[in-house]
Amino acid sequence: MQQPHDILFRTLADPTRRAIFERLCRDGDLTVGVLTAGAGVSQPAVSKHLGVLKRAGLVRDRQDGRQTHYSVQIDALAPLVHWTKEMKSFWQNRFDDLEDLLNRMDQ
Amino acid sequence: MTNAATETLSVVVEREIPHPPEKIWRALTQPHLIAEWLMKNDFEAREGHRFNLTADWGGVDCVVETVEPHRALSYAWDTKDLRSTVSWTLTPTSTGTLLRMEQEGFQPDQKPYYQGATVGWPRFISELERVVARLD
Repeated sequence: MQQPHDILFRTLADPTRRAIFERLCRDGDLTVGVLTAGAGVSQPAVSKHLGVLKRAGLVRDRQDGRQTHYSVQIDALAPLVHWTKEMKSFWQNRFDDLEDLLNRMDQ
Repeated sequence: MTNAATETLSVVVEREIPHPPEKIWRALTQPHLIAEWLMKNDFEAREGHRFNLTADWGGVDCVVETVEPHRALSYAWDTKDLRSTVSWTLTPTSTGTLLRMEQEGFQPDQKPYYQGATVGWPRFISELERVVARLD
């Protein structure tokens, strides 16, 4: 079975596509035209990348007259964040505090 | 790999500490000492004892599972987004103790935890830094 993060990694592996996604993370809601201006590739190429990002659930589109606006769906990155990563740093900090306490305690 | 919803994972933190196991045991089992490095609590070193760890971001529901004085301690560690067990092992060394913590468990649902982690966690960590800074 294909895992959700396999799709995310594959989708974001392409540098042009990743740059488009990062731009949307940074600048919010943008049209294909605006994204093309900064992407260094043609508008059809940008549209194709946006389609892939959309199918992976990483962006959503919104029609406004003749313009299509794209924005990120940050929740789609959730499978990349394991609880273990959070807890590892939590416990390392706890160990630091425990050692501080032990140094202050009497025998 | 199994379904993400039931996948069991674990975190291990291990550290050589220049203090004897008996002293570390006190820090792991006396409520006023636990409060200094972990969270406020109503811990008792008694198997089956239910206790809570509380912080301003919420809390953890715990049940003591194993108590082997100066050697091993484990308790269930459940939050609304995580079902787990925390196990401590103390091994004497020539210079002190090798302290090992393993947390094993799974997330019933990934998404709420992700939100909790991104919203609640940084707040908790910064609060913690404030408290630690005050202790010195």
